[in-house]
Amino acid sequence: MLPNFTYVCASSEKEAIKHLASDGARIHAGGTDLLGCLRDHVFTARKIVSISKLDSLHGIRKTAEGGLRVGALATITEVARNPIIRDRYHVLAQAASEVASPQLRNQGTIGGNICQKPRCWYYRGEFHCLRKGGDQCFAAGGENQFHCIFGGDMCYIVHPSDTSPALLSLGASVQISGKRGSRTVLMEHFHIPPGQDVQKETILEPDEIVTAILLPPASPAMKSSYRKVRARQSWDFALAGTALAIQFSGATVEKARVVFSGVAPVPWRSKEVEKTITGKRLDANLAAKAAEAAVKGAEAMEKNAYKIPLLRGIVEEELIAIAKL
Amino acid sequence: MEEDNKNKHIHLTRRSFFSTMGMGAATVVASNNLAAWASEENKVMDPTEPTKITLKINGQTHRILVEPRWSLLFVLREHLGLSAAKTGCERGECGACTVLIDNVPRYACMTLAVEAQGTEIVTLEGLMKGEELGHVQQAFLEQDAFQCGYCTPGQIMAADGLLRSNPKPTDGEIRKGMSGNLCRCGAYHNIFQAVNRAVELKGGG
Ligand SMILES: Cc1cc2nc3c(=O)[nH]c(=O)nc-3n(C[C@H](O)[C@H](O)[C@H](O)COP(=O)(O)OP(=O)(O)OC[C@H]3O[C@@H](n4cnc5c(N)ncnc54)[C@H](O)[C@@H]3O)c2cc1C
Ligand code: FES
Ligand code: FES
Repeated sequence: MLPNFTYVCASSEKEAIKHLASDGARIHAGGTDLLGCLRDHVFTARKIVSISKLDSLHGIRKTAEGGLRVGALATITEVARNPIIRDRYHVLAQAASEVASPQLRNQGTIGGNICQKPRCWYYRGEFHCLRKGGDQCFAAGGENQFHCIFGGDMCYIVHPSDTSPALLSLGASVQISGKRGSRTVLMEHFHIPPGQDVQKETILEPDEIVTAILLPPASPAMKSSYRKVRARQSWDFALAGTALAIQFSGATVEKARVVFSGVAPVPWRSKEVEKTITGKRLDANLAAKAAEAAVKGAEAMEKNAYKIPLLRGIVEEELIAIAKL
Repeated sequence: MEEDNKNKHIHLTRRSFFSTMGMGAATVVASNNLAAWASEENKVMDPTEPTKITLKINGQTHRILVEPRWSLLFVLREHLGLSAAKTGCERGECGACTVLIDNVPRYACMTLAVEAQGTEIVTLEGLMKGEELGHVQQAFLEQDAFQCGYCTPGQIMAADGLLRSNPKPTDGEIRKGMSGNLCRCGAYHNIFQAVNRAVELKGGG
């Protein structure tokens, strides 16, 4: 049984924001991450503010600028199946179809997916870790086989979302509404590394709601893909993965965005790989060089060193594959 | 449980449900009242004061009093006597609690009962055709697709949901479609055969 909470189903964004101002209020979209956290006492909620019936947050539609607006409440299944996303933002459709299980994709929303809490077993378990306000990261000297090789700083989680790296590779931005009005933030600035604030995963204030995700117009010369490696075939989080969005002119890379999943506390943009391939012909040789660049600066802990050759292999294979698409 | 006793006058126990089911005592057809219930949605629900909600399950409308923290799974099993959906992990990891919500498989353990208002819920009980097994149930029986049977209702609901949106899935689509349901007995091979058999029985093959 879940701990007790007050519940309200908001009928407008304004009403939701008003309720979120009260102490200990939490947003409920699909509930698939929230309820798990409450059940495991990761945090408490005095009031659950459901946004699930807000029409303005549903739907996927074209924008006047030729891009796409994905409502925060679009389910992962809707994102994975949307014909425009499959056609022009392939990396996002692929990443969405790799999220969790069919049941969770049918219920979980894209807004909830980018706002989900980390899966570190100490954080989810009965450990009063740094991220929960304690004074140490238990993964640092503990069972760290699923932890990060980039960006660790006092805390060594990996960001669990598959859709976030895909969105970042596409140059997406996040539309946010709160007490003080609306703002739009680049996906790249949405997640917070532990060095900046070890208890927060996103820039959201407690009264703020993600209302939509905006995708810029997709160039017909862009190819994109997502590759995720996990420990088993049924649902699982990424051990490592990469989102690629590359604009080609013939075989030459004009522009590239490369973002890793499963290896860092935030979706991890690899400017090293981008630099290595931009302006060059993407062939097997270059892919091998880029794969070396991908792991530059990676730091293994006691039990996650396998992630370095794994990531190197993923990047090399995926770059070769995308050149042939 | 304490809260159950408190609300005894409104909840039916499982046994009383079965003994009165024939008279339809557990359900009230209240479609004309739906609008009135819906307008109450924005009320702040107090944690300790049960609130009236309406759920549509297997084509029947049920009005019940719930606490906000009650999952759909808890309400189905403990208050409506629909015990086919099983309690496993209660964390969205095993699939034993799978039901259809608006025709797609979802986990009843990860769904608050209050959130399921206004949807059409189908449980394994709802797949029966009178006294006869539904196609997917029949296929599981024919293919011996279980050992202990604990995961089976969830597997069947996942398969039924899969075939509703994709009547003729490929092998890969079946594997992916069934990947949210774990079987600790490892009956996967026969479960896979059963989904293929269900395609035939449903006339998709
Ligand atoms: C067993 C299991 C396996 C999983 N595997 C994967 C996986 O492989 N890959 C992956 O990417 N994910 C995975 N997930 C996570 C899952 O995809 C997320 O739980 C889901 O996308 C969250 O969406 P939701 O709508 O249910 O969010 P909720 O549970 O409703 O919310 C999640 C969090 O975000 C906040 N929130 C939700 N919506 C908004 C909004 N619009 N604005 C501001 N804050 C908001 C909530 O307050 C809460 O803290 C898995 C989850 C489970 C339980
Ligand atoms: S009991 Fe719901 S998924 Fe395990
Ligand atoms: S038959 Fe025993 S768990 Fe699947």
